[in-house]
Amino acid sequence: MPDPRFKVLTSASTSGPGDAGRTGSWRVERPVLDYSRCIPAKTGKSACHLCWLYCPDNVVSKAIEPQIDLEYCKGCGICAEECPAQAIEMVSEENFVAGGENE
Amino acid sequence: MSEKLIDSGNNAAAMAVQLAAAEVIAAYPITPQTPLTEKLSELIAAGEMDAEYVAVESEHSALGVCIGAASAGVRAFTATSSNGLLYMSEQLHWAAGARLPMVMCVVNRGIGAPWSVWNDHQDAMSQRDAGWIQLFAKDHQEIVDITLKAFRLAELVHIPVMVNYDGYYLSHTYMPFELPDAAAVKEFLPAYEYAHALDPQKPESLNTVTLPDSRNDTNGVKQPGYMDIRHNLHQEMRLAMDVLEEIDADYQQRFGRGGAPILDPYCCEDAEYIVVAMGTIANQFRDVVDRLRQEDGLKVGVLALQVYRPFPTAKIAETLQSAKGVMVYEKGLSYGNQGALYADLKSALYPYPARPQLHNFIVGLGGRDIRTEDLCQTLKTACQQDDLSAPEQTDAPQWIGLQL
Repeated sequence: MPDPRFKVLTSASTSGPGDAGRTGSWRVERPVLDYSRCIPAKTGKSACHLCWLYCPDNVVSKAIEPQIDLEYCKGCGICAEECPAQAIEMVSEENFVAGGENE
Repeated sequence: MSEKLIDSGNNAAAMAVQLAAAEVIAAYPITPQTPLTEKLSELIAAGEMDAEYVAVESEHSALGVCIGAASAGVRAFTATSSNGLLYMSEQLHWAAGARLPMVMCVVNRGIGAPWSVWNDHQDAMSQRDAGWIQLFAKDHQEIVDITLKAFRLAELVHIPVMVNYDGYYLSHTYMPFELPDAAAVKEFLPAYEYAHALDPQKPESLNTVTLPDSRNDTNGVKQPGYMDIRHNLHQEMRLAMDVLEEIDADYQQRFGRGGAPILDPYCCEDAEYIVVAMGTIANQFRDVVDRLRQEDGLKVGVLALQVYRPFPTAKIAETLQSAKGVMVYEKGLSYGNQGALYADLKSALYPYPARPQLHNFIVGLGGRDIRTEDLCQTLKTACQQDDLSAPEQTDAPQWIGLQL
């Protein structure tokens, strides 16, 4: 029986987005997916998904059209590096703020 | 059936660990601890103890194995001495911060350099801030009783416990003691169930980088930051003293021994001068007290400190505050300052208006002989030194038995 006087605070974490807070704010470059090149999107099959497998923050979904959760994506670029179809481009966040060059 | 034996302190400790049914033993031999772990390995090899003995290449790994075992919810034990304890130092802090229950016997020995295999308390004192509960035994019976209580304490409060006993004075001498009945111990110390044990069905990363601030985890549940975890370790270590008293009361009821788990006073009720000490020297002082009371009519007593961390601040201050003088005899010091125990005591007494005169004596470093005659003389002199005109001089530690 645990003694209620002892809360025994310890540090434990489970893998998943958000375990280190809203890490999306750390991002300098944003991964942008081109579904015309993406293997599952092109073939309509649950295949490849290396972006999902390699993402260290579990923010890429294992969908036919993989989705990246930008709330937590730190912009590390591992998915772009691993994508065998070069379907992911890392684009500077400057382009997405109001007044950015593509805005 | 309980059993009366005459054996060494190391064997007494090993038999207590066997009775406690520790499941993983990982240790590296170091004098004067070696016979304790040899005995455990013999018991396991002979099939008399159902445990895994992990032979490791260092003390750092020994505690690492215990940390792994305790994380998986297994009762773990290790033992060491001196430089071996220091080699574990990083892991000591880890085991405490991770709130892992385990027990370690530290067979106290001086620290090198220069190399020494003989007894003092510098090894344990140097690790006092690691977050471990530190208990001190004065004889073989206490080694057995304290070790058994230590397992239950560690598992109830989730803080690792160090059981200290003096190298050679206890480890290698033979004394009579009683070994409790195994079935009764099983009732006193039920199987270990760690609430936070690792579970392959529910993978987690333990004690990875923990942010300065609290955070919401992946399930949206608020998780503590580093400082919150450390704050609770401190608070719950203070609370552990109450739990130790509860455990001791239960132990006393079952086995007939106990009643002084934190402070063990001898002739302190009417004492004007009280010696404070830890380990075997506190027992040696019982003879000194008897002699000074008989021969010199001095009202002296000795208070053995059984728990060094958490420091029993209020209890010790209440016991000592009305004494005329308090003499701290210790086998270690904070180099460049004074005896660590003395400094703790002084700080505990500070809030009390009628605080006693304090004296600090350093004895027996690296096994230097502690002569009862020297203890009598220094204590007598200190008792007669009521008027302390130069506090900075009397506050400095006095070294007993120097041969310079």
